[in-house]
Amino acid sequence: MREERSDMSEDDDGGGEEKDSWAPGLGVAGKSRGAPDPLPPPLCDQVLENVIENVLQFLSSRRDRNAASLVCRSWYRAEAQTRRELFIGNCYAVSPRRAIDRFRCVRSLVLKGKPRFADFGLVPVGWGAHFSPWASAMAAGYPWLEKICLKRMSVTDDDLSLLALSFPFFKGLTLICCDGFSTAGLAVFAEKCRHLRLLDLIEDYFEEEEYEVVDWISKFPQTTTSLETLGFDCLLSAVNFEALEALIARSPALRQLRVNHHVTVDQLRRLMVLAPQLTHLGTGSFRSPEEGEGMEHEAHLVSAFAASRSLVSLSGFREVAPQFLPAIYPVCSNITFLNFSFAEITAEELKPVIRHCHNLQNFWVLDTVRDEGLQAVAATCKDLRELRVFPLDATEDSEGFVSDVGLTAISDGCRKLQSILYFCQRMTNKAVLTMSKNCQELVVFRLCIMGRHLPDHHTGEPMDEGFGAIVMNCKKLTRLAVSGLLTDKAFGYIGKYGKSIRTLSVAFAGNSDMGLRYVLEGCPKLQKLEIRDSPFGDAALLSGIHHYYNMRFLWMSSCKLSHRGCEDVARRLPHLVVEVIRDRPEADDEAVEKLYMYRSLVGRRNDAPPFVKIL
Amino acid sequence: MEDVKGSDGLGDTELRLGLPGTSTATRSAKRALPEGDEESHDELRRTSATKAQVVGWPPIRSYRKNSFPARKVEAEAEAAAGLYVKVSMDGAPFLRKIDLSVYKGYKELREGLDNMFKCFSFGELSRREGGSGSEYAITYEDKDGDLMLVGDVPWEMFISSCKRLRIMKGSEARGLESRH
Repeated sequence: MREERSDMSEDDDGGGEEKDSWAPGLGVAGKSRGAPDPLPPPLCDQVLENVIENVLQFLSSRRDRNAASLVCRSWYRAEAQTRRELFIGNCYAVSPRRAIDRFRCVRSLVLKGKPRFADFGLVPVGWGAHFSPWASAMAAGYPWLEKICLKRMSVTDDDLSLLALSFPFFKGLTLICCDGFSTAGLAVFAEKCRHLRLLDLIEDYFEEEEYEVVDWISKFPQTTTSLETLGFDCLLSAVNFEALEALIARSPALRQLRVNHHVTVDQLRRLMVLAPQLTHLGTGSFRSPEEGEGMEHEAHLVSAFAASRSLVSLSGFREVAPQFLPAIYPVCSNITFLNFSFAEITAEELKPVIRHCHNLQNFWVLDTVRDEGLQAVAATCKDLRELRVFPLDATEDSEGFVSDVGLTAISDGCRKLQSILYFCQRMTNKAVLTMSKNCQELVVFRLCIMGRHLPDHHTGEPMDEGFGAIVMNCKKLTRLAVSGLLTDKAFGYIGKYGKSIRTLSVAFAGNSDMGLRYVLEGCPKLQKLEIRDSPFGDAALLSGIHHYYNMRFLWMSSCKLSHRGCEDVARRLPHLVVEVIRDRPEADDEAVEKLYMYRSLVGRRNDAPPFVKIL
Repeated sequence: MEDVKGSDGLGDTELRLGLPGTSTATRSAKRALPEGDEESHDELRRTSATKAQVVGWPPIRSYRKNSFPARKVEAEAEAAAGLYVKVSMDGAPFLRKIDLSVYKGYKELREGLDNMFKCFSFGELSRREGGSGSEYAITYEDKDGDLMLVGDVPWEMFISSCKRLRIMKGSEARGLESRH
């Protein structure tokens, strides 16, 4: 499950299903894609095609499949017939109709909607990414569909109902950062989807009033279920616990269970006893509402964990009472993923736990553990691949509990590190440089110095050299997020050395158009570029004309763009959808507050709200 | 009508945090220009403690922000710092929402409302004609739930207590006619 999750966040592939060879000169027509062949191929070719189909069905990587589809028409058809998983990185880049016309036998759909900055409130409500048109089209075109994974889409209760009723073989639904649905929709879905194996709700938005909440857990079939994964840790409302307990009891195939913060530690223990075969557990609140009954609870909890011999992933700990933490010791040496990012624990509380976690590969934690806690991680977790350090106080003036010291410790101890997300208030070029040298496996480097424009804490210099070292030394780097005081020089480094970079996030950085130009001219693999509050203007925007068809999207907000510049781009690149988003409908400035542009095979969308102007 | 000196003639009494001479430019950080290339570092450090929070920075999902009980209060305060309030106009079929924090004062607010509701002939400002056309008053609901006339208190005080706006027309508005 975590594999799938990181897959979603790290754009691991170039191009979607049809876009590998966009070249401005050739345009779409020159690629013999789009409408299927009017005449069937001759018999000998059909035999050959069958052979190819049999071979191609073993290809799973979509990048390989995209390449195969370009060989010739025969391979194109064969590949289209055998593609089982369809990945669409931007729901507006292609229409449901086109997708269904080309790929006839899809069993699994992955669909992404809003730009990532929507997570931080930069995209007004109602912008789009509605799942409904896709739901209806899929219902008609893919009756044998089994799995759907949506990220940042608006999904209604009606959509959920349609899914449950339209797909008799439906097995799995994953919703990540989606909104628009409620427990009422979940109830219909649970009830109608008789062979469901997976329902995973990850960081979705719920806006129900308390009186609107429906007891959806009770709606699952009363017979033995096929459930393997059930995750609802983001659900705001409590579920019917007795019904949940009964559901777990009749779900022998259950391997992953993630409950929300309403589930107490005692309730958790009861669930664990019913499902000792779990591999992934979201532990809910991990506290007991009653004080003073501690000792007995703790002993039972320890034995519940001791009996769960298959656990490899732990999360939850939403309101963790530290006295219950020792209960997880029996499983620590087996776990590879530990999510403490909602647990307000200190270094002292972390140390006895982390000491046991020799096999930890993915660790998410709150900065309350401080540099000292990170030092303990570095001392034990030699196999660590991914670290995320979140701030307890996510404001730019917050104190910040971790610093360059923690980063250096991690880089010294965890040489296999591939991915890091680090929120802090104090950082130095030296620490970043050290990490660039020690952690040669880095694929994802996201450093967020929360105070805007903060320089190197020791030298007072910009953070240019640190980030420069990262792009220079980490040859495998594909995703980068920069912060702190940065001049155009940093972007010069990125443009010069960041040849593998696919995703770049920029905020409050740079001095002039040159910064953006360096990146657009220097990074051939760039696909996703999101920029906010940086002084890049029209000239910089125009410098990327040669590259925009190769990208999934460009987001620029609070920069120095004007309508004229954006119109210029729109005019020169007809297959690019250029959206100007206005925060205040009354404003009609020449200045462009928010720009979101993306390539598309189907031109401007027809569901844009009034505050979106498509140039 | 409006005092030339300040947005609503009350500029001197306007409650603000920040050093004299610094503007509330930080509130408009989500508008066109960033600060970094204009202000020096030191000034940034000095004003950092008093800056209004920028939308969406640091980049943490609201799901996470709302997950910490102690922090939830702050997160809600932050959401309030975005200062979106509903605006209803008597007779209009639907409501609007505006972000009070983008306006610098009452004059801008009036203009914004004027623009927003002009399709409902709000633009026929009776105050200009001296009484012809429909009369209106801009009122708001404050923290205590009371209906108040917009314009009495200093701007900063107003935006911190305003929960929603209501544009009253016709007979209800008579006697509450705005002085500004």
